[in-house]
Formats: sequence, C-alpha cells, structure tokens
Amino acid sequence: MQISFKNVSYIYQPKTPFEYKALQDLSFTIPSGSFVAVIGHTGSGKSTLLQHLNGLLAPTHGEVEIGDYKIQADEKNKQLKSLREQVGVVFQYPEHQLFEETVYKDIAFGPTNFGVEKDEIDDRVERTIDSVGLSSDMLERSPFDLSGGQMRRVAIAGVLAMEPSVLVLDEPTAGLDPRGQREMMDMFYQLHRDQQLTTVLVTHSMEDALAYADYVLVMDQGQLYMEGEPLEVFHQKEALNDVGLDVPEIIEFITKFEQKFDTSMQYTNQPLSQFAEQLKNKLKGGHHDE
Amino acid sequence: MNDSMIIGQYVPGQSLVHRMDPRMKMTIIFFFVIVVFFANSFGSYGLLTLFAFVSVAITRIPLSFILKGLKPVWFLILFTFLLHVFFTRQGDVLFEIFSFPVYEEAIEQGVKISLRFFLLILLTSLLTLTTTPISITDAIESMFHPLKKVKFPVHELALMMSISLRFIPTLMQETEKISKAQASRGVDFRSGPIKERVKAIVPLLVPLFVSAFKRAEDLAMAMEARGYQGGEGRTKLRELTLTKEDIAALVLFVVVMVGVFILRT
Ligand SMILES: Nc1ncnc2c1ncn2[C@@H]1O[C@H](COP(=O)(O)OP(=O)(O)O)[C@@H](O)[C@H]1O
Ligand SMILES: [Mg+2]
Repeated sequence: MQISFKNVSYIYQPKTPFEYKALQDLSFTIPSGSFVAVIGHTGSGKSTLLQHLNGLLAPTHGEVEIGDYKIQADEKNKQLKSLREQVGVVFQYPEHQLFEETVYKDIAFGPTNFGVEKDEIDDRVERTIDSVGLSSDMLERSPFDLSGGQMRRVAIAGVLAMEPSVLVLDEPTAGLDPRGQREMMDMFYQLHRDQQLTTVLVTHSMEDALAYADYVLVMDQGQLYMEGEPLEVFHQKEALNDVGLDVPEIIEFITKFEQKFDTSMQYTNQPLSQFAEQLKNKLKGGHHDE
Repeated sequence: MNDSMIIGQYVPGQSLVHRMDPRMKMTIIFFFVIVVFFANSFGSYGLLTLFAFVSVAITRIPLSFILKGLKPVWFLILFTFLLHVFFTRQGDVLFEIFSFPVYEEAIEQGVKISLRFFLLILLTSLLTLTTTPISITDAIESMFHPLKKVKFPVHELALMMSISLRFIPTLMQETEKISKAQASRGVDFRSGPIKERVKAIVPLLVPLFVSAFKRAEDLAMAMEARGYQGGEGRTKLRELTLTKEDIAALVLFVVVMVGVFILRT
C-alpha cells in the first residue's frame, strides 16, 4: 500500500505548559512495495511518525493516507480496525507485549481479534513461528520461560500472523547481540521480498539503512531533514553529522580512499567480496611508483 | 496520559513559589485549609480569594491551565452549590424554578460553600503543581521526624512513598505503550460491549504486572549493590533549608490570616 503524508504536524498535550511539537509539516510519499528506513537522533519524532501509520495517533494538522485509508485531524476513523489488520507494527522491545499462557495463544491473539477462522489461524501460527526461526515445539511453552531473543521472535511472529501488507518496525533489533541483529534483519528483508510488503524501518544502524532500504528519510527535531536513496543520503557526511548522525563505515572508508588515492570507486551496495575484488584491481592496475 | 487531569502533576518553574521550602508550603496550606472554614463575611472571603489568586499569579502557571485541569472537580463544586440552593430555606424567596422556591440565604450559602471548596482545591493543587514529588516526600520525612522517638518508621514510609511516586509516571508510560501495542494487534479498548472491554484489560494488565515486578526486583538489587541499609546515619543530597523568602512568605500569610479574623463578622 502506498503511504503518503501531507503537511502532517503532531502536537503532544496541546494547549498546556507541556505542549510539544513532535512533528512539523511533514510531507513525503512511500511507494507501495518499497523498503524505507527512517533515521534520526533520539527524540527527533521517529516513533511519533510511525504511530500515524496505523492510526494510533491522528495528525494535529494535515493528512495521512495509507492505501485507501485517510487519517485526518478531528475525524473519527471508522475503519481503524481493518487498517490495523493491514499495517503490522513491531514496537521497540515488542517482547513486553506478550501476555498469554502459551506461545501459540500469543501468536494467535492478533488474528483472533481480527476474526480469522480457526483453521487459518493454525496455519498462520505454524508458518510464522517458522519464518521467525523458532521450532514449533515451542508453541505449547509459556512465553515467559523463553530467552529474551526468543521472546522477541515470538512477539514478532504475533504481528506477522496478522498477515499485514505494511510492516512497520521500530528499532526491532535494539538490545540483541550482533549476530541476532543480522539474523533478524535478514529475516525481515526476506519477508519483505517474499510477501511484497511495504516496510518502514526505524533504525539507529546506518549499516542496516544502507544494506536494506531503497529509500531513506532523515528526521531532525520533528522535521524531514533530508530524503533520498541511501547512497545519495550517506554521501552527505557533514549534513548528517550536523544532526548527530554518522555515515556507514564502508562509505566513510570509500570517501577516505577516494581522497587519498585521488580516484573514484563505483559503489552501488554490491557484496563486500565483490567490492574487495574491485579494490584489488584498482590498486594493481593503478599507477603507483613501485 | 490524560491531558485534562492535573492533580498531582508537577509543572517545572523558577518562581518564588517553586523555590519555597516544601515544609513551609505545606504548613501554609495546612493553616489556610483551617482558616478557610472560619471565613464568614464578604471581606474575609475576599481576602482569602485574593491570597489564593496572587499565589497562583506568582507561580506563572497559566490560570486557564489550572482551571481546565480541575475539570473533574467542577462537577463536585456545582453539585455542592445546587445542594445548598435547593435545601436552604431562610430569608426571602428570590425567585422560583419550576415552582421550587429559591431563598436569598440559599444563594448566599451556595456561593460561600462552593467558593470555600474551590479555594481549598486551588491552593492544595498549587502545592503539587509547584513541588516535585521528591521534595514533598522529603518535607514529610522532615516534619514527621520527631515521631521516630516512638519507633514510627518515618524513613521507611517516606522511602516507600518516594519510590511509588517515582514510578507513577513510568507505569503510566508503560500502560500507554502496551495499550498501543495491543491496540495494534486489534484490541479495542474504547468501544464494544462492556464484557469485551473488560476482557481487553487482561492483555494490558499482565505485561504491566510483569514489568512492575521486574522493575521492583532490579531496584532492590541496585539498592543492595550500593549498600543501602535503611535511614540510619544517612545524609541528604538536598538539605531542606528555610530562607528569607520562606520567612517573608510566612509573615505575609500570617498577616492575611489576621486580616481574615478581623474581617469576620
Ligand atoms: N506521550 C508523549 N507525551 C509528550 N511528549 C512526548 C510523548 N511521546 C513522545 N514525546 C516527545 O516527542 C518527541 C519525539 O519523540 P519520539 O517520536 O518518541 O522520538 P524518537 O522515536 O525519534 O526517539 C520527544 O521529545 C518526546 O519527548
Ligand atoms: Mg523511538
């Protein structure tokens, strides 16, 4: 589903001394089927933005469109439930939302709320537990007996079992070990591919944004600071540093390399082994004084 | 968070009232509450009202914000007013509503009692609006200190109070977060039959309890790791001290109170 924001502003606790403008005049469009990374310093409004995607928050000004759904200020939205079935949100530390006695019941919770048939739910639970990389032996265990990483996977399975067409991820790998992080991101990417999802990922990892996203939104103080394709965005080191963001190491390396050797490298996100080959050829074939 | 509920909420600021010693604020409010019940004339009520509004003005918290925040209390005030209007039968009949006579005294009584009520709430809410919960606890601990002589666990109670106060906002945030997560999984907390809505509380309460217990455990561990062993010999990071400003406020307050007694009839 295509997502578009038109001049969206959001104010927390308006007309009180605590009034806070969390989003200011945001406009952008996310085409259906794309993988978009949202990056920005802590407090820049990323989570607030995400909550507009399934109608948890409605804009104070402006309009959000998700597929055919419109969310506007001061308008009761009747189809909120079906919107929420279409837009799956994985919150930060999603394992905090587990509550059922068994893993099975927790994964089935979402689909049950949306009125999915019993047989279909069984199918979905089997499928999703598999796609998050857990064995179906776990289904009868209590989610509270699992390890942190396993709990996170169960919680994510609970969102995937709703079979959303838009997947919204708020720092889904925070607090995992490096390997768990990579596995989880690969899993999301595969789902994105296999099920033609539209994916919106909030991340602090510039590496992930570069590796997985087709498009990057950079937030700063509630405003859209920059947007574009990952390579485009990450070449603007100074601008990113100004808002407290770094560029991925590989980009930093290439930039330094290009300066030092006064050359230019074609980097288009190719696999590292391929890029290493390219570097080797450049260094060998280049004119150096040995 | 409920935007319209300000009771118990702290609004940061630098005003004179914010800076005052919390013990002084509590003492003044305590006596104000008593003196309000002695007011009986136009003049004495006027003076108390003036005192309350000047206090509000000094805090620089917009009056409109405070009044809006007292919304839940307005109903009670109105109710008190009507009760008096309809059940007092003294003086001349002023007019009739649906053939129900309304007496002169009744209006006067109604206004007085609801004004009294309003002033009480206004001034007490000013305490929590301008004082952090931690300062309030410190003040209570300090004021109840003499009770230690009779083995009353002042320190422990104060500690329990400050821990509870400390975790109220955290729990509220957590509630909001979890209810959003469950709403995203199709739980409807806002509409539907009562039975369904009651059922919707389970997915909210279970995670809340789990995290509250976990937090309590972590906190206990952290306190132990840092060698906490009760109030004995413990010093304070923020000592409460009375300043000239506090004394000045007290003097002003005493003057107002004397004024109230003079203006009484
Ligand atoms: N419920 C709330 N009430 C008031 N202010 C909030 C609330 N939630 C977030 N904020 C404020 O809005 C700003 C943006 O928050 P958020 O969207 O969570 O940022 P991010 O996810 O980029 O770290 C922060 O400054 C935060 O303090
Ligand atoms: Mg966030």
